[in-house]
Amino acid sequence: MAFLIRRLLLTLPILFIVSVVCFSMINLIPGDPATVILGPEAPEQAKEQMRERLGLDDPIVIQYVNWVGGVLHGDLGESLVDRTSVSALILQRLPVTLELALGTFAVSLTISVIAGILSASRRGTWIDYLSTGIALAGISVPHFWLGMMFIIIFAVSLGWFPASGYEPFFENPAANLTAMILPVFATGLRESAELTRMLRSSLLEELGSDYVRTAFSKGLSRRVVVIRHAVRNALIPFVTAGGLQVAGLLGGLVVTEQVFQLPGVGRLIVESILERDFTVVQGAVLTVTTVVVLINVLVDMLYAIIDPRISLSQE
Amino acid sequence: MSETATTGEGSQTQSVEPRERRMAAFWRRFRRNRPAVFGLAIVVVMLLTAIFAPLIAPQGPREQDYALTLQPPGEGGLFGTDSLGSDIFSRVVYGARISLQASLISVGIAIGVGVPVGLVSGYFRGFLDEWIVMRIVDSIQAFPFLILALVIAAILGGGLTFAMIAIGIAFIPNFVRITRAQVLTVRGLDYVEAARAVGAGHVRIMTRHVLPNSLPPILVQTTLAMGLAIIAEATLSYLGLGAEPGEPSWGSMLFQAQSYLSSAWWMAFFPGMAIFFAVLGFNLLGDGVREALDPRTSE
Repeated sequence: MAFLIRRLLLTLPILFIVSVVCFSMINLIPGDPATVILGPEAPEQAKEQMRERLGLDDPIVIQYVNWVGGVLHGDLGESLVDRTSVSALILQRLPVTLELALGTFAVSLTISVIAGILSASRRGTWIDYLSTGIALAGISVPHFWLGMMFIIIFAVSLGWFPASGYEPFFENPAANLTAMILPVFATGLRESAELTRMLRSSLLEELGSDYVRTAFSKGLSRRVVVIRHAVRNALIPFVTAGGLQVAGLLGGLVVTEQVFQLPGVGRLIVESILERDFTVVQGAVLTVTTVVVLINVLVDMLYAIIDPRISLSQE
Repeated sequence: MSETATTGEGSQTQSVEPRERRMAAFWRRFRRNRPAVFGLAIVVVMLLTAIFAPLIAPQGPREQDYALTLQPPGEGGLFGTDSLGSDIFSRVVYGARISLQASLISVGIAIGVGVPVGLVSGYFRGFLDEWIVMRIVDSIQAFPFLILALVIAAILGGGLTFAMIAIGIAFIPNFVRITRAQVLTVRGLDYVEAARAVGAGHVRIMTRHVLPNSLPPILVQTTLAMGLAIIAEATLSYLGLGAEPGEPSWGSMLFQAQSYLSSAWWMAFFPGMAIFFAVLGFNLLGDGVREALDPRTSE
């Protein structure tokens, strides 16, 4: 419990700095933000109204306090383009990103656990070389390009899946799943590469340990030693790596959503940046980053459950 | 004064032989690692391609021939032509320049800021290190790298130069963390204590003793970051926040290819393969440098 409280307390300064960075986005725009947002030809009156809408005339601390007050009540402001509520826009787009993220994570975990275990337990065989080769290629390939290749092969040439588009799951589950397969695999394959390398190396370390030798000398089968003993210990650094990867994964989804034209939060960020709709960018980035921070807390808790020594050593 | 100079020279003379021997051992181990040598070869080829692009490319990167649009490989040159009739092979060759330039500048910015901050923070420790520098680093690392780079590029105004700066800024926390971690190990070692005991100042200890001995992991990180920077530049350009669509950047070529996936696969295939090989080269090189510096990691 003390570990959990301590971990949550450590999160507060991080969330504070994250909020300051997101808040500062508009103030950091070089020159007059109203001119940058509206363009240099905009009439002075429109620029004045924009400054007022953004609250730029108030002292910066007051601006921050007002903004954070709104955020804590779920109000992320309104879009500069069409005055839609930013919170509503994000909530509308969030299910797509969550579905994509969960699918990607499931694919990447499944592939990396299978490939990592096979590779380490059959070190030096063709399975190991194949798996490490694919993993190395995986970390070198931009996943948005992999997505484009998937579209060319599986959508254009073979016609198995749609090249783009999205149907909400509860409206048309079959169309939803078909549309999600290519993006999920394009990102998941890329993400699994790093995890495979991590699991292989930590599993190899465990397989060289004394307790594994003892287990073998007791006459236990290779499968039992690997699965029951070595994998369990090798999972500890693997969980951390998986948790840390969430940040990269959510960043990566920005571009996956663009390739497959999926209406998620990542695409919202890119569209808003291109339209210079900075209040939407601010809200969406704050949401994504807060999710990353909270997932990291969850991973730390999971880490403490897998290895009780961690929480004990903190207390 | 002269005594200090003599001491300095003396210590230099003493360390010459082991350092040379260490370098020779490093090179011997590196050479034996075939994937690493392959990675080095890719990087060298990329470098030569970038330097001699005008001699290798049959056409200029912006030459267009509307009579020869969307020609497949073979009929329209080695890699075919794009929707504007430009030779894709020539653009891929010139693209090596932009990718290398982008990765060198962005990683240079990250090293230029991240290494000194990590060095000073790790060396002095205390409140500044624990509560200011590391908390800021933690917070910046909470932002997904690509989103951070996108936002910085958007704030700065877009374009290749700002994209490179944005990627560089987004990389800074990695270099702070790695440098600091290494400095924390080195600062407690005997030779640092000895330098302190003979009266060496903080700046001298940091620059002559701590930093040179903290370099190996920074070197590995630099090589790996070069590959990541190539992907990041391509991604920003693909999203419209890096190189302009007309520029021969691999990312903006992919952006252009997006509308022709069903009719001209080669427009996306070749620039992507170029990115893949460039990044693979830096990744193999980075892994090889790490294993040659610390042979235990290869076991």
